[in-house]
Amino acid sequence: MADISSHSSQSLPIVKQKIGRDDWTMRAFMVVIAIYLVVALALPLYVMMSKSFETYRFELDRFEIQVDKGDGWSDVTTVAALNQQVNAIGADELATSSDGRLGITKLFPDFSFRSKTNYRLRNIAGSDAVFLIGSERVAHNEWVKLSSNDFRRVVLRPSPSTGFDNFRTYFSTPALFNSVYNSLAIAFIVTVITVSLAFAFAYALNRSCMRYKGVFRLIAMAPLLVPSLLPGIALVYLFGNQGMLKELMFGYSIYGPIGIIIGSVFFTFPHAMIIINTSLALSDARLYEAATSLRTPRFKIFRLITIPGARYGLISAAFVVFNLVITDFGLPKVIGGQFNVLAVDIYKQVIGQQNFQMGAVVSVVLLIPALIAFSVDRYIQKKQVALLSSRSVTYQPSPSKIFDRQMFAYCTVISLIIVTILAVCQYAALIKFWPYDLSLSLSNYAFDLMDGGGWDSYRNSIKLALLTAMFGTIVVFTGAYMVEKARGFENGRTVFQLLAMMPMAIPGMVLGLAYIFFFNNPANPFNFIYATMAILVVSTVTHFYTVSHLTAVTALKQMDNEFESVGASLKQPFYKVMGLVTVPVCLPAILDIWMYLFVNAMTTVSAVVFLYSSDTTLASVAVLNMDDAGDVAPAAAMGMMIFYTNVGARILHAGLSRLLLKKTQAWRMR
Amino acid sequence: MKLIKKTTLASLFSGLMAGVAVFAMSSSMAVSAGELTVYTAVEAEDLKKYAAKFNEDYPDIKINWVRDSTGIVTAKLLAEKNNPQADVVWGLAATSLLLLKSEGMLEAYSPKGVEKLDKKFVDKSTPPAWVGMDAWVASVCYNTVEAAKNNLVPPKTWKDLTKPMYKGMLIMPNPNSSGTGFLDVSSWLQLFGEDGGWKYMDALHENIARYTHSGSKPCKLAAAGEIPIGISFAFRGAKSKAKGAPLEIIVPEEGVGWDMEATAIVAGTDNLKDAQTLVDWSITKKANVMYNAGYAVVAYPGVAKPVKFFPENLLEKMIPNDFEFAANNRKRILTEWQKRYDGKSDPK
Repeated sequence: MADISSHSSQSLPIVKQKIGRDDWTMRAFMVVIAIYLVVALALPLYVMMSKSFETYRFELDRFEIQVDKGDGWSDVTTVAALNQQVNAIGADELATSSDGRLGITKLFPDFSFRSKTNYRLRNIAGSDAVFLIGSERVAHNEWVKLSSNDFRRVVLRPSPSTGFDNFRTYFSTPALFNSVYNSLAIAFIVTVITVSLAFAFAYALNRSCMRYKGVFRLIAMAPLLVPSLLPGIALVYLFGNQGMLKELMFGYSIYGPIGIIIGSVFFTFPHAMIIINTSLALSDARLYEAATSLRTPRFKIFRLITIPGARYGLISAAFVVFNLVITDFGLPKVIGGQFNVLAVDIYKQVIGQQNFQMGAVVSVVLLIPALIAFSVDRYIQKKQVALLSSRSVTYQPSPSKIFDRQMFAYCTVISLIIVTILAVCQYAALIKFWPYDLSLSLSNYAFDLMDGGGWDSYRNSIKLALLTAMFGTIVVFTGAYMVEKARGFENGRTVFQLLAMMPMAIPGMVLGLAYIFFFNNPANPFNFIYATMAILVVSTVTHFYTVSHLTAVTALKQMDNEFESVGASLKQPFYKVMGLVTVPVCLPAILDIWMYLFVNAMTTVSAVVFLYSSDTTLASVAVLNMDDAGDVAPAAAMGMMIFYTNVGARILHAGLSRLLLKKTQAWRMR
Repeated sequence: MKLIKKTTLASLFSGLMAGVAVFAMSSSMAVSAGELTVYTAVEAEDLKKYAAKFNEDYPDIKINWVRDSTGIVTAKLLAEKNNPQADVVWGLAATSLLLLKSEGMLEAYSPKGVEKLDKKFVDKSTPPAWVGMDAWVASVCYNTVEAAKNNLVPPKTWKDLTKPMYKGMLIMPNPNSSGTGFLDVSSWLQLFGEDGGWKYMDALHENIARYTHSGSKPCKLAAAGEIPIGISFAFRGAKSKAKGAPLEIIVPEEGVGWDMEATAIVAGTDNLKDAQTLVDWSITKKANVMYNAGYAVVAYPGVAKPVKFFPENLLEKMIPNDFEFAANNRKRILTEWQKRYDGKSDPK
């Protein structure tokens, strides 16, 4: 590995070439994939943003009214003018949502539905101003005569316009903006806990000589293979009112912040562990040698060398965890009880109340912390790359009986917790009727009798995962290749990089909602993919684009650009070099991307929950829906099916990697 | 090699979208005669039976179901307002259909034999925009085992539920995300009056452990002993009871709110003739007998036979529900509810 990069430092200056056919082809590919990202990401987000400014108001000056109290019709007046006289409808009542209705009897303080008074009402703005008599819609411009008994059934409907009204409503409704505080608080607490736990775990893996490191590492990765809401189900079985260990809650309820925090720590743990593990593995042994020879005490070494050395990893892990928690939707939905968080609010607004505009507003609000966390993380990662360029010697831990035992004990406890949570889910899935009939049965696997799509949804999920992994890997790797290996075209490459980084900052819920707005529009030429498997594939590839892209870029950066130069000077087209050299060399990375996309497509809920149709129900969404309907045990059963599928895919991946590595990566051995 | 590479790369963008186009087109294209796209919220296990019964009489009309929960189907229909995909809605809450009606999305149609139905089950307009199938009635699911553990006495009335003895023992659906939750709230406002209704809910809120997103969950949680009392609907309770849960289904004496599953034709369908045939059939005696398998109260008078595990006095306890009131005040009620009870959900 090391020899590739050391060669490049002595490489000859690359001969400047004219822009040839190859370059044009490569640029064309880059543009095509950039357009993909624009269509699948930038445009939907733009449409969603504009949706949040789409407001509905009762326009009182668009309705005219007349009264007859038995002495002939009064003068025609607009409802607005009438309201100015009696001041019955406040300005804050005029801003509403698309579903708004406004009764107008309060404009007449002496109104009685028994009186003989007659009313006449008409709209003067055409179909832009509609009123209802009961549920009957009146959109024409003629006068409508109404008895007082009918008049009390009249409600005005709002007219669409644009403005900041939705945001004003949002921030003046405590039930809504409290979620901002809740989400931030939860994300912060989880970040502190997860990073501390993951640091200790990674420290044990790197700095001790304890046994079974491989086993611990495998177990720590397991939460990656299940949907984030699965730990929620396990927690209900453990600590719910009928839970096996409910005494441990000391009367507190698991439904709410406590449950969200425990579950979030579970599903974010591997993410933090991977990042911190990498940064610990990279620290320089020479520093430790120097410190030891200076007889520095152990805790001082830890404070002055270990922590600073891993600081970028720690910060990066913190932001990743923060982002994951604040954008997660499944877990708070399952175990959040009444504790509102932003991601669930979006779902409630859109699915519960069909208030798409307010859903878009919450999405915009959710974007802000996610964007900040993301940009800080990017900034720090750049610094970390700079740190890596120093030529360090890898640290080799030396055995220490007490320390190794302590670390072993710690890792055992953490691993036991992870295994317990998964085991509880499996156990729950096999119990006939918890807690009254504890006999074992497979009846919870009869998914076809439950909400959520049955076994079809499991098959659909596998189809989605395979398609996502296949198309995603091709798109991502090609994009990364073009951006890394194309010559010149600096501006284009910068724009592309920016586009490729964006998906990471977009919460899945926001992406899903944006897709509804964008693709469900009949005027959109891509409208035909709405409610098909294709839109699920596109959204999933886009949602997980960034990490895959970075993996591909890292792998490509390891390869000297000289290969392309040599190829070009031998008058070989770029795809020949790509096919014969680059792809085989990068095969491990390509397989990793494939695996990453597969696993995430199996477990993701947030983006696809708005996009699946009855033909394309998914296993992960089925877990959510079955739990929602109260079929908790079948939900656990389906969750574990996802887990086993992912484990199977992982094993296959490991086997395949080993085989391919032997064939294609022999050159890496010295 | 060259060829393979080219093809692979060419399929990147266009392939991703257009490659599936054929499949996509077939499902989104206008439905030909003899086929109907029907949106529904009827339980998944019943759909095959419904279609089969209909096809006994009309074997030439194929039904393509699009099924989801009430909230999602309604959201879907509204989202597709300018480009409707459905021909018929068969089995969606009347409250939702009223919403669609006021958006002008339903085709008014007076099905053959509509005069035979119970008036309560037919839209008031002439011709009606929708016709009802069966009622879906609020009830209280009471877990006798857990109640005994907590020394509870079974409640007889809604008012009983506000007694201090039930503190933390109740779960009900959140009206902001569940139709069942909304029918509870709107029925209390109709039963106790606007002020009395809110006062009642203030007291009830003190006893509620938490609000769920779905309407069937409170009953399933009560069935599983996770909570002693779940405010839900009778159909769900009866199903759980049939599965062996230690449940008693209580119909509070003041009367219970209800909604109905109903049928309507979507305005602008290009298959009006078949849509009308389906709606005609959906109100026949035969169809109502079929609905009666799961629901104790159906639209066709004299058809309903008692359903096992259903409380017997259900029909007489149903309040004269004012659907128009519920639909036209929905937004106001939900905002008020959210202000009173949702904002309070502080971390404990």
